[in-house]
Amino acid sequence: MARALITMPTTARRGEVIEIRTLINHPMETGYRRDSDGTLQPRDILRRFSCRYDGEIVFSAELHAAIAANPYIGFFTVAVASGVLSFSWEGDNGFAQTESRTITVT
Amino acid sequence: MMPALHRRDLLVAGLGLAVSWRAAATPAEMEAEIRAFTGGAPLQEGKVGFEIAPLVENGNTVPFVLSVDSPMSAADHVQAIAVFNSGNPQPQVAVFRLGPRAGRAVVNVRMRLATSQRLTAVARLSDGSHWSKTVDVVVTLAACVEG
Repeated sequence: MARALITMPTTARRGEVIEIRTLINHPMETGYRRDSDGTLQPRDILRRFSCRYDGEIVFSAELHAAIAANPYIGFFTVAVASGVLSFSWEGDNGFAQTESRTITVT
Repeated sequence: MMPALHRRDLLVAGLGLAVSWRAAATPAEMEAEIRAFTGGAPLQEGKVGFEIAPLVENGNTVPFVLSVDSPMSAADHVQAIAVFNSGNPQPQVAVFRLGPRAGRAVVNVRMRLATSQRLTAVARLSDGSHWSKTVDVVVTLAACVEG
């Protein structure tokens, strides 16, 4: 499991636009680099990120090698109801990780 | 000769800078990728904001902010924002898919820049129109130092 940081409010008013910031520990190896022996390092990147709000996708991203290591993605969503936000990262070599946070909407 | 070379390699690798991106995408490849994203639809300038430092000291991680002037309502919202580059090995950077539930069409990300180059962000709105913003950045320490 890679270390993931998710910063978002735990409570919000209904209809409020909240900011979500996510960061995951991942090398995002581009597949273009060579190590000190001159051998090409195989590509190992995250390809997809998605944020689901009670199961419905509210934001997603397709990532390429040009994204910096330890991808940081900050975005917004509307707090519609109390529930669970789940964050999924998928990548090369079968990488898949999902984190969840709950939000209370008043 | 050899020990000196070896030591330099180790130093460079130790700094995490042993990046050697050989081939670079060309502006023509970037144009082709943008056409593939828009499906040949006309591109208009405006509405899109692309905040990035014009002078980048370290190309390994360059923060930028994309924003689109949109009410983000069910009837009028941003469907996707794509970012393209002209100087990294691949012209694509990322595609972000939004919708009315995003609330605000703003995305923060960090990217790599292999060299000084031109970047273009393209937003697709719910009415099918495409809007773009192009910025030029100068990179003093590239994300790819010959190892």
